[in-house]
Amino acid sequence: MKNTPATVNMPVDSATGKLKTAGLSYAMNPFDEYAVEEALRLKERLPGSTATALTLGPDSSCEAVLREAISRGCDAGVLVTGPEFADANPYATSFALAAAVRKLHAEKPVHLLLFGKNTNDGNSGAVGPETAAWLDWPGLTSIKKIDAIDEKSATVWRTVEDGVEVLKVALPAALSTVKEINEPRLASLKGKMAAKKAAIPKWSSADLGLNPRELQAALSSTTVLRYSPPPPRPGGIRVEGATAAEKAKKLVDILVERKLI
Amino acid sequence: MAILTVALTPRGKMIPAAYELLTAGRALADSRKEPLCAAVLGSKAPEFAKNLLERGADKVFTLSDPRLDNFNDELHAKTLAALARKEGLGQILLPATVAGRSLAARLSVLLKAGLASEVCEVRQNGTGLKAKRYQYSGNVVSELEFKSQTQVLTVQAMVFPPAEKQAGRAGEIVPVALDASVESRIEFLSYQPEESSEIDLANAERVVSGGRGLGSAEAFKAIRELAQALGAAVGASRAVVDSGWIAYRHQVGLTGRTVRPKLYLACGISGQIQHLAGMSSSGTIIALNTDPDCPMMQMASISVQGDLNELLPLITAEIKRRRGQS
Repeated sequence: MKNTPATVNMPVDSATGKLKTAGLSYAMNPFDEYAVEEALRLKERLPGSTATALTLGPDSSCEAVLREAISRGCDAGVLVTGPEFADANPYATSFALAAAVRKLHAEKPVHLLLFGKNTNDGNSGAVGPETAAWLDWPGLTSIKKIDAIDEKSATVWRTVEDGVEVLKVALPAALSTVKEINEPRLASLKGKMAAKKAAIPKWSSADLGLNPRELQAALSSTTVLRYSPPPPRPGGIRVEGATAAEKAKKLVDILVERKLI
Repeated sequence: MAILTVALTPRGKMIPAAYELLTAGRALADSRKEPLCAAVLGSKAPEFAKNLLERGADKVFTLSDPRLDNFNDELHAKTLAALARKEGLGQILLPATVAGRSLAARLSVLLKAGLASEVCEVRQNGTGLKAKRYQYSGNVVSELEFKSQTQVLTVQAMVFPPAEKQAGRAGEIVPVALDASVESRIEFLSYQPEESSEIDLANAERVVSGGRGLGSAEAFKAIRELAQALGAAVGASRAVVDSGWIAYRHQVGLTGRTVRPKLYLACGISGQIQHLAGMSSSGTIIALNTDPDCPMMQMASISVQGDLNELLPLITAEIKRRRGQS
């Protein structure tokens, strides 16, 4: 999951080409809420299973998102952190997340990774499938239902542009979920207490055994040169008329004139 | 290193984005003075090869294996990665569809390549590439630069015009066999089409969307009728989907789908930022609303103030009349 700005109305400094992030409030990426909820539902379906929340960010402010996940019912949270991860691209993020998953997996087998479909800031939707690829696990995106599931495999429904595909995937695997999968719950009082008390381990690149040269190559594979506001839209025209029929006719005239129909 | 566009053929049909990728790829190929290659996957691949040559590819790799008929994230990625390595393909362009995005992500790791998702502009920059893409749900444009030797990009739908067919244009067709030892842990079980008679939002050139301003599920029928008359896809605001007037797959906006049609009609949609996030890069935006001061009416290219229950049937009838449908 990711701690992202709680708004998509992001101000840009046109002179510097940088985002004006000062004073913004952050929250759990809205699409990750569905992934967290699905993890909790699977935990309830599969006795003995546990759910761990994992995030990556430049500093410990990102911890908030892990505590939110714990307050909803996750058993633990882990933060991968270091200044090198400020503005990390999806390729580098997934590289480090995969290392963290390997570390967790070595302690206790991880069967399933759940991701939101994308983040509300970067919008790439690439971190889930890329993490799967670094781990050499199967990965599927756009999942709207997890049907039969056991330790070996899961049957899932993938929403595609023209319908739904039903697929069986061997576990461990990574799935990116869409909004249709569930309705996220709110934190319970008991959960909030647990979240306050929870100790959050912080793992650095060195803790994860990441090769600095490889990490640097991943971080610089793409770099953002500048941000800018989208091009302004030309001013609009108003269709006037004494009656609805007149307005309708005038509108269709414009559509025909502009070759839009 | 040569440029590769990937032509996916879900259910044995070429997706329109395949021709848009050829336009984007051709511009890159010309500026790099490299050939433009295309890969087409699935047992029908040979049937599509000539078409891809006629639309601008210099060389088409046909991977005509039935194991590639349904999109398999692992098999498609491993197969294309092997092809890219063998043929020295340095820039790989994929469509920003569910399959294309997943495939691009996996491919980027297999090829140790930088990835740019859903780009709306791409150009040569010395030996590398620069690309522009939208972030923050369309409210910010970012310009990025690649440093990696190989680059993978998904291209936003409908940004580039489809490459035109030049009948008789020839090129090389290279059949490629799928490595028998490549395995996948994903098994395709079944496919269920959804409302197949309707135009899909993602590739629609025209979209008619309805919002809460319509007042009732009954009134929403006027949206479908107008969409049908226009040959448009049906969209909706979150409020309408949450009220159960229409299925989620029609939802346009931050938590729904992003559209980029030439014509977007927003009927009874006030224009909350969450909705604008999904449609603000549409070509011409027409707003129909009772409230002349709502954000959608303010940002629209053309606005019409009035009672939707009265206006919509009249517009539908007028369009049908002009098109000789009534």
